[in-house]
Amino acid sequence: MSQHSFPTVVVIGNGMVGYKFCEKLMAKSKAFHVVVFGEEPRRAYDRVHLSEFFNGMSAEDLSMSPEDWYRNHDITLHLGDPVTEINRLEKTIHSSRGLVQPYDYLVLATGSGAFVPNIPGVEKDGVFVYRTIEDLELIQQYAHTCRKGAVMGGGLLGLEAAKALIDLGIEETHVIEFAPRLMPRQVDSAGSKTLQTKLEALGLQMHLSKSTTNIAGNGKITALEFADETVLEVDMLVISAGIRPRDELAKLAGLEVGLRGGIVVNEKMQTSDSSIFAIGECALHEGMIYGLVAPGYEMAEVVATQISGGDKGFYGFDMSTKLKLIGIDVASFGDPFVAEPDGRSIVFEDANKGVYKRINISNDGKYLLGGVLVGDADAYNMLLQTVNNKLVLPPNPEDLILGARGGEASTGAGVMSLPDDALICSCEAVTKGDICSAVNEQGITSVDGMKKCNKAGTGCGGCVPLVKDLITGTMKENGQYIKNVVCEHFDHSRQELFDLMKINNIRTYDEALDTFGKGDGCEVCKPVVASVLASLWNDVIVKQHTIQDSNDRYLANIQKGGTYSVVPRIPGGEITPDKLIVIGQVAKDYGLYTKITGGQRIDLFGAHVSDLPEIWEKLIEAGFESGHAYGKALRTVKSCVGSTWCRFGLHDSVSFAIEVEDRYKGIRAPHKLKGGVSGCIRECAEAQSKDFGIIATEKGWNLFVCGNGGSKPQHALLLATDVDKETCVKYLDRFLMFYIKTADPLTRTATWLNKMEGGISYLKNVIINDSLGINEQLEEEMQALINNYHCEWKEVVENPDLRKQFNHFVNAPEEKDPYVQFDTMREQVKAKEW
Amino acid sequence: MEIQVAEAVKWVMVCKTEDVPQNGGACVKYKDEQIAIYNFARRGEWYATQNLCPHKQQMVLSRGMIGSTGDTCEPKVACPFHKKAFSLISGECLSGEEYQLKTYPVKVEAGMVYLGIE
Ligand code: SRM
Ligand SMILES: Cc1cc2nc3c(=O)[nH]c(=O)nc-3n(C[C@H](O)[C@H](O)[C@H](O)COP(=O)(O)OP(=O)(O)OC[C@H]3O[C@@H](n4cnc5c(N)ncnc54)[C@H](O)[C@@H]3O)c2cc1C
Ligand code: SF4
Ligand code: FES
Repeated sequence: MSQHSFPTVVVIGNGMVGYKFCEKLMAKSKAFHVVVFGEEPRRAYDRVHLSEFFNGMSAEDLSMSPEDWYRNHDITLHLGDPVTEINRLEKTIHSSRGLVQPYDYLVLATGSGAFVPNIPGVEKDGVFVYRTIEDLELIQQYAHTCRKGAVMGGGLLGLEAAKALIDLGIEETHVIEFAPRLMPRQVDSAGSKTLQTKLEALGLQMHLSKSTTNIAGNGKITALEFADETVLEVDMLVISAGIRPRDELAKLAGLEVGLRGGIVVNEKMQTSDSSIFAIGECALHEGMIYGLVAPGYEMAEVVATQISGGDKGFYGFDMSTKLKLIGIDVASFGDPFVAEPDGRSIVFEDANKGVYKRINISNDGKYLLGGVLVGDADAYNMLLQTVNNKLVLPPNPEDLILGARGGEASTGAGVMSLPDDALICSCEAVTKGDICSAVNEQGITSVDGMKKCNKAGTGCGGCVPLVKDLITGTMKENGQYIKNVVCEHFDHSRQELFDLMKINNIRTYDEALDTFGKGDGCEVCKPVVASVLASLWNDVIVKQHTIQDSNDRYLANIQKGGTYSVVPRIPGGEITPDKLIVIGQVAKDYGLYTKITGGQRIDLFGAHVSDLPEIWEKLIEAGFESGHAYGKALRTVKSCVGSTWCRFGLHDSVSFAIEVEDRYKGIRAPHKLKGGVSGCIRECAEAQSKDFGIIATEKGWNLFVCGNGGSKPQHALLLATDVDKETCVKYLDRFLMFYIKTADPLTRTATWLNKMEGGISYLKNVIINDSLGINEQLEEEMQALINNYHCEWKEVVENPDLRKQFNHFVNAPEEKDPYVQFDTMREQVKAKEW
Repeated sequence: MEIQVAEAVKWVMVCKTEDVPQNGGACVKYKDEQIAIYNFARRGEWYATQNLCPHKQQMVLSRGMIGSTGDTCEPKVACPFHKKAFSLISGECLSGEEYQLKTYPVKVEAGMVYLGIE
């Protein structure tokens, strides 16, 4: 064993902050011998995203570092071995396994534990806390047997735990809060109210102003009893009533601790013993425990700087937060509670959408002091910057929360006005100046590049939009022309490339790259060119399979575990019993999981890549065609049953849906396309949420365009009223072709329209009044694509060379991927968790 | 103790050149290992890496798209799952994470592809 002549730094606690300290110290100097003791059995992991554990993230995924990180940095890591004693005289620590380790510097990063109030019955089975992966594993095991669950605590962590219970399938979830409202520390009472309404709509039951007096049950919890003599029956309880700093070790060693817990530190993070530091949630600075990770990282930076000979202090930290609670944005920044006479508030409330926004401004109207956002926190980053940097407010500060009304919304206009020392990424302490100089001096022009360069945006990720705006802003200031280009290999937008390739009759990717591009291409431009080629010539895409996105390359969606899904086309959702039987038989033969999709058809999951051609051979034999579920192409045209059966139906919506689906099937577009046809305004086919929607009227059909489901739902807009079928199809041809030719890559019709100057009235003018004089051409181009349709799976099945592309091993074609594994669930297979 | 020749590379024939699509990848089996081979025809180069993507442990890199990046035209492969990109030369992750791929030397002779196995 080599003897270290370097000073020894011992770190107690391998949590988020303890790890970050090691990382920061290593970045500054390698001249230390670092030894870390952790109580938990695993390497430091991302506690902030702890709940992701229930969404399938493994402990390893959450880990803050790769397994060999400590070894590669010569750090000795003792896991599952808590420190039990600090001997300050001898400068040693003792671990529970009996190790005695001398130190020159000692860093306490022991974090905090869940605060468990002193209520009779807390020791019963079925009562949990929510802090470590072990806690979550216990909760997960126990939840199987539970129908009703409760969370004690309506704060940030409590609500997160409540979400976890819902995700675990607990049918009835209750939240018990002692205060009269939710998140009392971060959000004002009107904001709490909005939040509460939204959470209740999601099925959470709230019990406010409740003080729990007893946890009842014989050995295991069966009910909660409250001071107001009410009782709530529950099968399990998660206590999330606050945190308690882990200061027991410090106390034992005679270090000064606060009255209500926490290891007292000065601005250098030194405890009352100058060679012992405390950082993270165990440290008490100026009477304050910081229960967030960003201030902990700053403390780690302070200590790492000092030990390696620098000078830096900790002077308090902004506690602004933005989180997503059960899908609801909640943010609070600066001083959320300022009221008259210390300042004035502007409040915006939309009870219909469940949005509440409040900003507090100084009496002279010049400065933003703080605020609260519930339901929509898009403005958070910029508002926070406005507070922190004391930016002077515009004349109409209400625009900050309402958006500029009328005229163009000025997105990200304000970022360049921030001072250079404005902290943009608080997790990694990256300032605006750092970001701008990375652009100016190192030529960084992408968020990914920035992440590598100075780690901005690698922590919680909240600042990424701001980083992006700053990069573009800086480039613009430099007069760097920000062109809407495909990627580093093509200096053209998709639309330009589309026209160039058409005029020059380009048929392959290599030709396109040689003529209009540079370098060797990449995973961005290859699929874009592939999509343009398909939209221009509608040739069989697998003939150039290596430029297709993975799903298009294998004509199937790749799924968890590396298997694929099979989705035959079922136009309009109509299917014969015989065809249903074939689907069932194929699924049985190949052991596939079957599910009815949200698009009115059937998805077969879990197919080995090498089984795909055979599976499709059978389906094609039974009359099926590719459903293009993998392609940026027409998916489904959803239909309602319409006038053939429905007593309200005005016309035959099923026939029309089938007709339209057959017309546009296989056509490649910048993004996927979905349609719907409803037989009357009751709209059972949800046509107004599709890229195109057709709704029967007394006199004909109404045509809607540019709707979207997905993460940013948007209703389709009316393009034409009471038109007959032929006209409707003609408009559709023009509309789709116009979109295909002009949209940016991976842009749905809704986003395309949102970016279009003049919006729907412009579009109407083009499609109906032929304002550009291109309609004849559009119709011809569309007809050419339609004439060129072929089922690409049929082409593959019939072509032995193409079939070969589906083998997993080229040197053992008959062998399937042995790495593929399944679990079972409700009598079917499912992909193994990753 | 067995005596080993330092750095000895054993060349193993794994497939024919035509088995690996131009400007794309294919997976070969060597004992219990799965290795992705890339035929970077545009540059007349061949590369090989482990087939397992270290991000979510998926056996798919051979199905990824290859290309190049930056002023040096560093050859890379992007995983089909979440598009993490890796250098085909060093195996280093180019998307800012600390993943590392194992890479293998490749040589092509008389229409056959050989992998250098240590
Ligand atoms: C299977 C299905 C879910 C289900 O079990 O029902 C599904 C599954 C997937 N959807 Fe979906 N979506 C399915 C209906 C929908 C719907 C509902 C609908 O079509 O009526 C929507 C919202 C409507 C819409 O698109 O506007 C929908 C919005 C999305 C989005 C978000 C699109 C957006 O504009 O925001 C994505 C992501 C994307 O395309 O980039 C997506 C992507 C995906 C992918 C392809 C993700 C992937 O790459 O693996 C999933 C592939 C599963 C597979 O292997 O087949 N899926 N997806 C549904 C298949 C319908 C079908 O028969 O083809
Ligand atoms: C569910 C949940 C959600 C959260 N969400 C957010 C969020 O959205 N944003 C945010 O900023 N923060 C959030 N936090 C808080 C954040 O996780 C903490 O601020 C952060 O983990 C603090 O880091 P730390 O290193 O100080 O403490 P910890 O991460 O708790 O690490 C301390 C470690 O020290 C160990 N230890 C204690 N005593 C000893 C001993 N004697 N010997 C050896 N080891 C010891 C502990 O076992 C633990 O592993 C959340 C926390 C939870 C639980
Ligand atoms: S919503 Fe769509 S993309 Fe998301 S998990 Fe469900 S199927 Fe997959
Ligand atoms: S599995 Fe490869 S990038 Fe996620």
